[in-house]
Amino acid sequence: MKGVDLRIDSVAKHYGPVVALGGVSLTVAAGEFLTILGPSGSGKTTLLKVIAGFEYPDAGHIVVGGADITDVSPAKRNVGMVFQNYALFPHMTVARNVGFPLQMRGVPKPELRDRVFRALALVELQGYEERLPAQLSGGQQQRVALARAVVFDPTLLLLDEPFGALDRKLRESMQLEVRRLQRRLGLTTVFITHDQEEALVLSDRIAVMDGGVVRQVGTPDEVYERPADDFVAAFIGESNLLAGQVAGPDRVLLDGGASVTVTDLDGGKGRVRLLVRPEKMVIGPATNSFSGTVVEAVYLGQAHKLRVRAAGGIELLVRGDRPMEAGEEVTVGFAPQDAHVLRGSA
Amino acid sequence: MTRARQVHRRAVGSALALSVPAMILLLLIFAVPLLRLLALSIEGGSLAAYEKALGSELYVQVFLGTFKIATLVTLLTLAMGYPVAYLMATSGRAWQFLGIAFVLLPFWTSILVRTYAWMVLLGRNGVINRTLVSWGVIDTPLPLLNNEAAVLIGMVHVLLPYMILPIFSAVRKVDPTLVLAAEGLGASRLQAFLRVTLPLTMNGVVAGITLVFTLSLGFFITPALLGGGRVVMIANLIEEQVRELLNWAFAGALSTILLVLTLAAFWGISRLARTRPA
Repeated sequence: MKGVDLRIDSVAKHYGPVVALGGVSLTVAAGEFLTILGPSGSGKTTLLKVIAGFEYPDAGHIVVGGADITDVSPAKRNVGMVFQNYALFPHMTVARNVGFPLQMRGVPKPELRDRVFRALALVELQGYEERLPAQLSGGQQQRVALARAVVFDPTLLLLDEPFGALDRKLRESMQLEVRRLQRRLGLTTVFITHDQEEALVLSDRIAVMDGGVVRQVGTPDEVYERPADDFVAAFIGESNLLAGQVAGPDRVLLDGGASVTVTDLDGGKGRVRLLVRPEKMVIGPATNSFSGTVVEAVYLGQAHKLRVRAAGGIELLVRGDRPMEAGEEVTVGFAPQDAHVLRGSA
Repeated sequence: MTRARQVHRRAVGSALALSVPAMILLLLIFAVPLLRLLALSIEGGSLAAYEKALGSELYVQVFLGTFKIATLVTLLTLAMGYPVAYLMATSGRAWQFLGIAFVLLPFWTSILVRTYAWMVLLGRNGVINRTLVSWGVIDTPLPLLNNEAAVLIGMVHVLLPYMILPIFSAVRKVDPTLVLAAEGLGASRLQAFLRVTLPLTMNGVVAGITLVFTLSLGFFITPALLGGGRVVMIANLIEEQVRELLNWAFAGALSTILLVLTLAAFWGISRLARTRPA
């Protein structure tokens, strides 16, 4: 079993006056796990439906393994999909659900039984063949859906927010299991989610979508450390965005009046915004220091989250390793290389 | 006793209490007359009426004919009703509303009016015959009325809503993503329908079949008017015995047999539905 590459070429889709997809282009390499991350209404679900063939695009092409499948019906695309609510057939047993795609392909009975058995073994559900979906837990239903989506050796695996309905612990173990399965089968996978943490954990690359367009494509650390714009910066993780004016080769004059040193300017001029992640902030004196008051302190278990109000109306989120009280005076800061410069209009 | 069971018990208790008025009503207007009927049929402790009904070729023929017509009507309403119900349930809200309005509209007119309307349409000098003659399609009027076909047309028309509505509500409950999932897994539209939608709507189909079939068995006005005396169903036979021959004992026996057969059909259909493989 080997995955093939997927090319999404300028795909556009309108619903009346509403633009769901405004010309999306993406490539997914063979065997790659690509996550499409975005808030609801960003067009990510529409894009997945276009890839699966449930929606027909107004413009653009879907190319899988070099073949244009834009006009091919969903039944002939050979794409495995796990739906948000799993979409298991409630009147069929687990074995019949998993065997369904094979039956539709005319696989002879003994081979069908063998492949269903192997698919269920893959998701560790041996012995559940004769159960009905209603007799399974959420996690088990998900495994059945996964087995059904991979049993017929699909060219692509599509996952539509499949972990949304699971509790946190189960979600984490299912995420790892899906990732393991995907690597083992070498399946080219497109995963849809609005959960940025999930995206960071699972993906080879992440495409961040908003308003029907792709804002940025990159590896998890690229989109986290070097977001392309304010939206990506704010959507993935927590962030401090400081607006200011370039005042020198390595100086930025912040709107609040403070002046900071950064290394990432590359000779640019004009308005910029500086992104500093809360965990890059330090408590105590630094190259760029701010003194202020703690207005909120939250205990997170492995860390403490502080909201610090400094002079000039600047509020900073800081991830610290020691407890502090609201109202305490504190000095916080960041190193020049820890600020990422964002240009263009906010 | 656990708390949950206490709550459950109380709920069952109040439900029973609340259903008392309806039960009394049913008892008075349904059970009592039914028992009276039963008593009439075995007047003087004799089973002669039953012997006559079940022993004579003529009456057995009427019973068989009634079942045949009921079966045909059920099959026709199913064939015509399922597509309508499916279309209604899978279209937008506005169309759905319009569809329900059209299905329910006939209920606002009496069954008698609807049957007379068919007489106007199907009669020797009716709308259809006159149109066809004036267009030159036919020379002499077709015998459209006073036969089994006319009875079937009238009964299908009257009973169609009873088939459409339960199927409509069953189709509406089917999650559309199940159909998408089936197609995504390689099923053609027809296969997706046969393997997913149809099995999941069987409860609606069974409800529709039960309603239409049992209602058909007791139909009276439509066969009387559209059959022109040539199509006799059990209900027509009973009416004749009571109104013209004043043979209450025989009418009671026929009614009892009809009731038993209807209950048997009801039981048979629900049994068939339960043993249906998943």
